[in-house]
Amino acid sequence: MIARSLDEALTPITDGCVLAVPREVSGVAMAATRALIRRGIRRLHLIALPTSSLQADLLIGAGCVETIETSAVSLGEFGPAPRFTAAVTSGLIRVKDATCPALHAAFQAAEKGVPFMPLRGLIGSDVLTHRKDWKVVDNPFGNDDPIVLLPAIKPDVALFHAPLADREGNVWIGRDRELATMAHAAAKTVVTVEKLYDGNLFDDPALAAGALGGFYVHAIAVAPKGAWPLGLADHYGADAAHLADYARMAASSEGFAAYLDRHVHAQRAA
Amino acid sequence: MPSAPRDSTPSFRDEELLADVIAGLIGNARHAAIGASSPIPAAAALLARARGHGQPQVSLLGSRRQSFFTDGGRELFDCAGQGRIDVFFLSGGQIDGEGNINLVGIGDYAQPTVRFPGSFGSSYLYYVVPKVILFRLEHSRRTLVAKVDFVSAPGTSPDNVHRPGGPIAPITNRCLFAFERQRRRFALASVHPGHSVAEVVDNTGFAFDRPPDVPVTPAPSPETLRLLRTVVAAQLTEVYPRFVAEIFGAPEPA
Repeated sequence: MIARSLDEALTPITDGCVLAVPREVSGVAMAATRALIRRGIRRLHLIALPTSSLQADLLIGAGCVETIETSAVSLGEFGPAPRFTAAVTSGLIRVKDATCPALHAAFQAAEKGVPFMPLRGLIGSDVLTHRKDWKVVDNPFGNDDPIVLLPAIKPDVALFHAPLADREGNVWIGRDRELATMAHAAAKTVVTVEKLYDGNLFDDPALAAGALGGFYVHAIAVAPKGAWPLGLADHYGADAAHLADYARMAASSEGFAAYLDRHVHAQRAA
Repeated sequence: MPSAPRDSTPSFRDEELLADVIAGLIGNARHAAIGASSPIPAAAALLARARGHGQPQVSLLGSRRQSFFTDGGRELFDCAGQGRIDVFFLSGGQIDGEGNINLVGIGDYAQPTVRFPGSFGSSYLYYVVPKVILFRLEHSRRTLVAKVDFVSAPGTSPDNVHRPGGPIAPITNRCLFAFERQRRRFALASVHPGHSVAEVVDNTGFAFDRPPDVPVTPAPSPETLRLLRTVVAAQLTEVYPRFVAEIFGAPEPA
């Protein structure tokens, strides 16, 4: 359960796999992301639940992504995600545009083991027009009430960063419950954590309420500050100076290459 | 959009004027939710709450303190789907005269000339939240267009589509519009101090209604400015420290 190294924990994430990752505030496994780039992973089908920021931009810029399914990719207050933007305008990646609750609902369908989930909204939008895999049906319990059906999303691997795990493989995620949904939906889940918890998380009812059972977790690696330069809520904030540097450097492909050299390739995983 | 204090009026910033106008639009709603990267709408909602002695409930995405959600990112959308969120804010790389918004891109979808971040929750929230306030600081023919290149969410829907929500009022750095859902058209509601109707017409890519006399957006009162710079600034700094430092300076004691 507890891997000997970060690279060992990441072995289920292979070229061409469908990889689910969380939004910026929920615990993004950035140390793991850098390790995947160093390994030279290719052709990922990346699914952001429901948005992404630096993580998707780095993977796209490094040429690791073939398709991204997301509601948005943005660096937030640091501006547009430059490598995402460049890749889309150059036609280098395929985007499956979604809307946040559609991704949440499609993961929930997978965790329930049902083929689809209905969702309001969407009708009359070009988001729906471009999603041939989504269908509009008439509500079978209503009368002339069109509603969209979304097929379940079943990722090969879910990858996220959390504060704690115990040696039984249970992971403490706190109130970021979409991490549990991701893990329930995915065939395998890989987690990096700040540190190991001495004891069993399920022995303390307060901790158990925020825990994800190790049954769902394939591998855990300890990666202190594993979300850096993003923040980990309630633990540490984002590294604003670094993110501003990134936004500046990644504005050009040369600058992005220099960023990778300096912060990804030159730095071995902790 | 930073700006210097105006010299002809008691000193306030554009951001404070906008927050005051938006707080008025929020009114006595039960629950206002604010998405990511929205410091002015967030300030407005906290201002409305300070004036309303705790009403509305304010949920700030990205905040641990100004949020009661414990069921992950989906709870906001589930809450909205049930009608438990009365006010939300959306923006758009493009907004057109029928209230359609585009957060995806310009040109061909597969290989656009300009790509925006993406639709976020708009393709859902625009339909289910009764009062959606469109907040777009940049008021230009580039942003306010005759027709959007991509519809992230339409301004209105056919009668048989479940649509309790939609836009009520776009607000920009120059003016406030009102949206008339039945007519699928905007009307100019007020022009901000220091701006003119002619300037609004020149910089707007869509046609809109305007009354013979367009009012000037009222300046924030001293009490409003006091609330913004004390209570609101102190609450906002958790999520938007850079904005608070730039606009309000260090929060003053309440």
